[in-house]
Amino acid sequence: MQTIISISKLSKTYSSGFQALKNVNLEIRRGEIFALLGPNGAGKTTLIGTVCGIIRPTDGTVNIDGHDIIADYRATRSLVGLVPQELTTDAFESVWNTVSFSRGLFGKAPNPAHIEKVLKDLSLWNKKDNKIMTLSGGMKRRLLIAKALSHEPKILFLDEPTAGVDVELRRDMWNLVRVLRASGVTIILTTHYIDEAEEMADRIGVINKGEIIVVEEKIELMRKLGKKQLTLHLQDSLGRIPDALANYQLELANQGTDLIYTYDAQREKTGIEPLLQDLTKVGVKFKDLQTKQSSLEDIFVSLVRNVS
Amino acid sequence: MNIHAIRAIYKFEMSRTGRTLMQSIVSPVISTSLYFIVFGSAIGSRIAEVDGIGYGAFIVPGLIMLTLLTQSVSNASFGIYFPKFTGTIYELLSAPVSYFEIVVSYVGAAATKSIILGTIILITSAFFVPLRIAHPLWMLFFLVLTSFTFSLLGFIIGVWADGFEKLQFVPLLIITPLTFLGGSFYSINMLPPFWQTVSLFNPVVYLISGFRWSFYEIADVNLGVSLLMIAIFLGVSLAVVAWIFKTGYRIKN
Repeated sequence: MQTIISISKLSKTYSSGFQALKNVNLEIRRGEIFALLGPNGAGKTTLIGTVCGIIRPTDGTVNIDGHDIIADYRATRSLVGLVPQELTTDAFESVWNTVSFSRGLFGKAPNPAHIEKVLKDLSLWNKKDNKIMTLSGGMKRRLLIAKALSHEPKILFLDEPTAGVDVELRRDMWNLVRVLRASGVTIILTTHYIDEAEEMADRIGVINKGEIIVVEEKIELMRKLGKKQLTLHLQDSLGRIPDALANYQLELANQGTDLIYTYDAQREKTGIEPLLQDLTKVGVKFKDLQTKQSSLEDIFVSLVRNVS
Repeated sequence: MNIHAIRAIYKFEMSRTGRTLMQSIVSPVISTSLYFIVFGSAIGSRIAEVDGIGYGAFIVPGLIMLTLLTQSVSNASFGIYFPKFTGTIYELLSAPVSYFEIVVSYVGAAATKSIILGTIILITSAFFVPLRIAHPLWMLFFLVLTSFTFSLLGFIIGVWADGFEKLQFVPLLIITPLTFLGGSFYSINMLPPFWQTVSLFNPVVYLISGFRWSFYEIADVNLGVSLLMIAIFLGVSLAVVAWIFKTGYRIKN
């Protein structure tokens, strides 16, 4: 797939001396949904801000669709829409005016039909004449998306798009993102909700302390780093793991009533069958069992913890 | 040139004036009318003429200049400070807009408001005193140039300010005193020699003097010096704005 954003050796050190980005290299593919995950202060917003032209890079280059973001900023910025993390709006302006303003700001001639479509797609049409200060938090979030889409961008940055919105609206936004992707828009989203990335993204990037620590296809990442666990609910609790079972990766939980076996599901031999036979041999009986695949959240926590 | 962006910002700023009509237009007009009543009638009744001009008519250029300077600075500083305060400046910084286009649109809108105000005050004053404008084109030239120059200054203050207190600091504590002491309500020739010399260090003296000359052909200082001073002020303001955008001072991290 063709690259639309190419970030090379990007670094950012603020005047305070804090290094928010350290030699970041990243390529975003045209038409994909890329989720950028990272704990608070990892550098997600700095990275987005730098690509969008809000923050000056200390070092490195960013190319969007073949254009340098500094030398050819008009070409690059007109391709990009940004939905910021904070609900920053002009409280006294009307919905229609503020969205029309955004379109003009990005160099596009007025197009009431397009503005109408965007507002209708985001269920804001009946609020078009309302002042922004009268909108709910969820509506303001949608308004920011409408502003970002007003100039028909080819790339959309969504910085924590569903922070503080209710479940129904989250689902609506996910649907909107899918519709946008289907129309050819490349989407880069940062989120704290790992399930959001799991649900939506084609590829996942994890950033921690200003460094990209992994970029991988979501399915591949879960396959590579995902673990599977077999939990046996024992009939009688164990004080310790019997010596005969020392060769297995076992741990006791729930006051010794659960025995957990962690294994690699990709391996040809998972070791479950000999484990069950050995359990019978040492007289450990179980009344129930269950298996669990590690989620993207488990993988994310494990990645960030390992780097820390 | 991103004409659509210039138009969008300009229109947005002008619509803010429409929303705040009382604060933007009506309030300065009422203030000016009060000045006429207090200075023109109360004090003017004790000063018959200044340099052959009736006192009420004499203070008209000074009153217009007082409004032009304070309103240009206030409007332009608020225009750029407000997006910084609310955080909406992210949109401006991420848009395909050059620094020149940003300045032209914000300063243009602020200057337009000032020019409209100056014109309204000029018309208002015609109801109080007999007016004559000896050099209408020069009057217009001073009106427009002063509005743009002080709107540029306001833009600089709006970028520099990191709170509403700082936003008010320069207009209230620097511009207004300099205008009052710059010959708005008197000719500096009426002052003792020492204070005449001190007044010459006040840049506003040159603006008011030049502007008053365009009305009545009387001036405290030479017209050429007035023009030179405003050119210097404009040049310095442009240089500071260029430096702000080059360094990203208080706009960009």
